[in-house]
Amino acid sequence: MKYILLIYGDESRWETMPAEDKQRAYEAHGAYAEALQSAGAMRGGYELKPISTATTLRFTDGRPATLDGPFAETKEQLGGYYVIEVENLEQALDWAAKMPGMDSGSVEVRPLGMGE
Amino acid sequence: MWLTRIVEDVVRNDGARVLAGLIRLAGDFETAEDALQESYARALVAWPRDGIPDKPAAWLNTVSRRIVLDRLRREKRSTELPEDLAIPPEELFEDESGIEDDRLRLLFTCCHPALSPEARRGLALRTLGGLSTREIARAFVEPEATTAQRLVRAKRKIREARIPYEVPSHEKLPERVATVLSVLYLIFNEGYASTDAPSLLRPDLVVEAIRLARLTLELLPNEVEAKGLLALMLLTDSRRVARMSTDGEMVSLEEQDRGLWNRTLIDEGVRLIDEVLALRNPGPYQIQAAIAALHAQATTPAETDWRQIAALYETLLRWTPTPIVELNAAVALGMATSPDRALEWIARIEQSDALSRYHLLPASKADLLRRLGRWEEAAACYREAIALATNPAERRYLEKRLATGETPHPR
Repeated sequence: MKYILLIYGDESRWETMPAEDKQRAYEAHGAYAEALQSAGAMRGGYELKPISTATTLRFTDGRPATLDGPFAETKEQLGGYYVIEVENLEQALDWAAKMPGMDSGSVEVRPLGMGE
Repeated sequence: MWLTRIVEDVVRNDGARVLAGLIRLAGDFETAEDALQESYARALVAWPRDGIPDKPAAWLNTVSRRIVLDRLRREKRSTELPEDLAIPPEELFEDESGIEDDRLRLLFTCCHPALSPEARRGLALRTLGGLSTREIARAFVEPEATTAQRLVRAKRKIREARIPYEVPSHEKLPERVATVLSVLYLIFNEGYASTDAPSLLRPDLVVEAIRLARLTLELLPNEVEAKGLLALMLLTDSRRVARMSTDGEMVSLEEQDRGLWNRTLIDEGVRLIDEVLALRNPGPYQIQAAIAALHAQATTPAETDWRQIAALYETLLRWTPTPIVELNAAVALGMATSPDRALEWIARIEQSDALSRYHLLPASKADLLRRLGRWEEAAACYREAIALATNPAERRYLEKRLATGETPHPR
């Protein structure tokens, strides 16, 4: 079963972080991805650039209008994701619990639709 | 008629056990429930023709498992069928040993933190307690449609997010156990004071809750609250027979024939609570069990150690500071000292307005006023309580009290 782990956090915290802390965070994610890899669970994942870079197409009656910014302004922003493949939700939650750099924020775990 | 009765009996006594195994086999609640329903329908056709099987529950188990397997094969899920299919289903069904009980697995699935607390309780009552949606809706005081929708959503989430059907790993058990214990206590209480049929006990639910509490304790022998809960259940259940008169009327603790109390259950309950209290790691179930033990050990109402019970209620109040516990604490204090002090405390509870619709508040006041010989005020409180009581057996009990009039009460 494939799950997506959506990482939400306060983006401003990340942006004001000292360079060496950021470096440590990247290393932690590198190790996390490697652990996923060696468990055979890694199916992809990326860091997202800040929401200030987001563009949204809003559709009205089938016609798109281009807007600056994310779909919704929230306190916590989607900052990255992993796609993993494991047996069940329990195992997905175990991986989510080990997400690096989560002093605060949240990880949403959603099963992926398989076109069933 | 007799046939329907037999099927109903089997469903009531063994339905949850069969269902738990079917869910494991199907990996899906709906498929399991459909198959069980289908097997009842087949029984109604086959049994009059072939005679009632020696073991009706085993028959239903075998037939419903075949229905599940046929369906899985049709859906071409046969490649991932569980490995235990080589074992004849009857044998599997007879095996009651070991901790990996299907119903225990089901309990942990129903109590998974990925489900909302309301969904967990509803699902456990539905699948383990075998309660209907209507009964659950009554227990939760909500519209039946709300309950039904919540159950559908929960089952869907279990299936689509693939919440596993297993007892969690050992390091996760402690964080899961609180929910499991609260759900078990809920099933027990539903059996002890059935919401749907208020005068009627549901011994099947009581027995099942106690059985699952034993399994949980076996799984977590060091979990003090699991032991406390089992003790509480046994001590409460020891009064089951005495609690109802032969004509189905409620009998208050004070008026119960203590000779009818089940000594075996009391002995085991008292032994468990003594063991666990010695560890000095108290919790709400242990405290409630200790209170029940003190009642159980009093051979007459007058011998009840109310001082200690009042002290225990004060401790319980620190763990669970709810107005209902506070009301019990007040009554216990009144019994330990004087009814006046209880009435003063209850007056303070009344100011908060939290229990303004709770019939046991005026009922408790009425009882205390009666003990003080203030009959006029007591009668007014009984009337108030009768107006608020929704449970027919309790209402009848209060009406009887009111009708007994000024009969002096032994203290």
